[in-house]
Amino acid sequence: MGKAVPVERIDASRQREVVRRLREFLPAHSVLFEDEDTRPYECDGLTAYRRAPMVVALPETDEQVRRVLQACSALGVPVVPRGAGTGLSGGALPLADGVLLSMAKFMRALRVDPVARVAVVQPGVRNAAISDLVAPFGLYYAPDPSSQIACSIGGNVAENSGGVHCLKYGLTVHNVMRVRGYTIDGEPVDFGGEALDAPGYDLLALAIGSEGLLVVITEVTVKLLPKPQLARVVMASFGDVETAGQAVAAVIAAGIIPAGLEMMDKPATRAVEEFVRAGYDLDAAAILLCESDGTPEEVEEEIARVKQVLSDAGATRMTVSRDEAERLRFWSGRKAAFPAVGRISPDYYCMDGTIPRRRLGEILRFIGEMERKYGLRCPNVFHAGDGNLHPLILYDANDPEQLRRTEQFAREVLEKCVEVGGTITGEHGVGVEKIDQMCTQFGSAEIETFHALKHAFDPVGLLNPGKAVPTLARCAEYRGMHVHGGQLPFPDLPRF
Amino acid sequence: MQAVLEAMVERVRAAAQGARPLRPRGGGSKDFYGNELAGEPLDTSAYAGLVNYEPSELVVTARCGTPLAELERALAANGQMLPFEPPHFGPGATLGGCVAAGLSGPRRASAGAVRDFVLGARLLDGRGRVLAFGGEVMKNVAGYDVSRLLAGSLGTLGVILEVSLKVLPRPAAETTLRLEAPQDKALEWMNHWAGKPLPISATCYLNGELSVRLSGAAAAVRAARETLGGEALGDGEGFWTALREQTHPYFAPEAPLWRLSLPSRAAPPRLPGEELIEWGGALRWLASAGEARTIREAARRAGGHATLFRARDKSPGAFTPLGPAQMKLQRELKAVFDPARIFNPGRLYPDL
Repeated sequence: MGKAVPVERIDASRQREVVRRLREFLPAHSVLFEDEDTRPYECDGLTAYRRAPMVVALPETDEQVRRVLQACSALGVPVVPRGAGTGLSGGALPLADGVLLSMAKFMRALRVDPVARVAVVQPGVRNAAISDLVAPFGLYYAPDPSSQIACSIGGNVAENSGGVHCLKYGLTVHNVMRVRGYTIDGEPVDFGGEALDAPGYDLLALAIGSEGLLVVITEVTVKLLPKPQLARVVMASFGDVETAGQAVAAVIAAGIIPAGLEMMDKPATRAVEEFVRAGYDLDAAAILLCESDGTPEEVEEEIARVKQVLSDAGATRMTVSRDEAERLRFWSGRKAAFPAVGRISPDYYCMDGTIPRRRLGEILRFIGEMERKYGLRCPNVFHAGDGNLHPLILYDANDPEQLRRTEQFAREVLEKCVEVGGTITGEHGVGVEKIDQMCTQFGSAEIETFHALKHAFDPVGLLNPGKAVPTLARCAEYRGMHVHGGQLPFPDLPRF
Repeated sequence: MQAVLEAMVERVRAAAQGARPLRPRGGGSKDFYGNELAGEPLDTSAYAGLVNYEPSELVVTARCGTPLAELERALAANGQMLPFEPPHFGPGATLGGCVAAGLSGPRRASAGAVRDFVLGARLLDGRGRVLAFGGEVMKNVAGYDVSRLLAGSLGTLGVILEVSLKVLPRPAAETTLRLEAPQDKALEWMNHWAGKPLPISATCYLNGELSVRLSGAAAAVRAARETLGGEALGDGEGFWTALREQTHPYFAPEAPLWRLSLPSRAAPPRLPGEELIEWGGALRWLASAGEARTIREAARRAGGHATLFRARDKSPGAFTPLGPAQMKLQRELKAVFDPARIFNPGRLYPDL
């Protein structure tokens, strides 16, 4: 179990001891400890949380990773693994008494087999670089988180990252065949394989999305898919967000699985349009982007059906991309939504709840109420096809009062997501950010089971401690503070 | 339903106290699978029924005792299906058994396996606790992904009480082609086609004949038929069902049946016995009286593993033995859910 309260000050003599030990097998440039050298590692994509690590280790080989882990185990020093540092839940937030293990130097593609359609890469390889690498074979790696030009495949594995094409092509867990790495003791592990299954319990499924708490990954084998011959996107406008939500359900009900199905509300399209000029309809209360891919025959057939369904569902305007440049332009706005919002507000706080699609209208109304209650604006971008919401609360971090309101706003929305049958995080992970909301989503027995699972891999609790799974004490305290109508959200066992 | 559940909880608690093994059992259609059975049967068939099914959400939640056939009928009535096309292996097959066995059918290579479609589960663990993991939404990364871990766990971690699965629309059009080719050519074609944007949903190679199923939009199926050539097979559906259910004549002989899971482009392992290839080359059935050690070694060298799928004598162990480090993790995982080792002891591995 992770420590409840992390240490905030670096102990200089401990730091010297760890540096000396790591330098026994790491070159000097791979061990950082001076303030100005460790500063760039003080946060990941969740910039509201910062803490300088005691030491940063930048190994270059498997053997070095193994020895870092063994050394840290022997010294009892916690280890926080980090990929590209683009995570949005603080999963790579350092510890002041810990080693930050950066996998940034694991940048090589080890093998591409275009016939078997697999690529074996090191974890520091960028998501988009894999698709670039295999493009000459007409192949690509499907999961495409918005940060794909920067995020690394190792981080994708840790978070089970998604993207805008998940409904049809799945998440990281559906597209990774094998991972190799080490436990905190430096024991090698090898989960999955190049066959379609492996004997025993599916440890690959367990490792993916484990937020760096179970193993450190040094090699990833990904599945490659044939690049669809053609993709086109329909951009549809709606007079109100609920009608747009119903249109999404209508598309699915018609038996169509679009390659991508995204929604943005008016405040989001306005922010984006100023930034990238994607050609969005600024009069619409919400727009939908619905992509179809496949052979030219398939796409033509599907686009016609999509247009019919959207039109029946009340679309006020529809544009179909005429060529690849226009398709990319339509998407550019969606993919740039976060930075665009970053331009209209000093700071923004991105939520990641997922809900059953049919509850969309209810959730959007609820978010509207919260905007009024907390006096903060909140544009919405939404992976509509798979129910994953990214409301962005706009605030100013220099005002502690605004940050506090923002956090309360977010908490209420995430709890609402759980209440309607969804989850607190669809693809960004729990990290440090949503650790309290885990107590809303799970009961004590599940939380205990998560700790026991962690213990099976890491008995001392040195690998990324304090993230992803709250302590039972923390949950008891949190639930005590947030009792709804005299009832705990999840009364304790037995829970029939 | 509450009373049924409470009775199961009581059985589990009593079993844990007395260290008396149990084996959760739905229709018993997969009793043949895995190592020797141990423990008193814990009948799950009364804990049945759909809990939630919203076609437009592409999710179905049902209790473990729900007959697979009933679940598939409910989906078909809404133009949907279980994309992994699970084998039933008998009329009594249930959802719980389907997930516990973790076996997928002909569509596996193109659509994914059971575990790929599991979104959530409720589990009755070895302490008699009812645990809920995952949920009914496509994207969910809160907590470790325990529900996928249950797929293929053969009921050794607990009673899988309820499962939520992602479902998909049935393809608008489907047709099966048959081409003649020697084995090496067929393997080459299957791998080559899988790298092309073709709507191939199943493949099977046996005795010089390659069967290919195309599924999808009518226009795409038509276009792919032109590209691939070959003859259309009259009763395609019957053929794939017989293959999935292993009622095809290939599966009739008495010889032990091995299931080799290999990288799709692996060269045919030179082993005695008759081979049948599925999943674009990634699944090789082998009816063979050959030595277990030889067969397992050949599978290992090819980059995969070999399961003794059906045999009178399971003494070589149903599943490929694991290395000590991997086995240690598997043992610890088992202990997390079933510390008293009451569920299906030995069915997966002697140590579990």
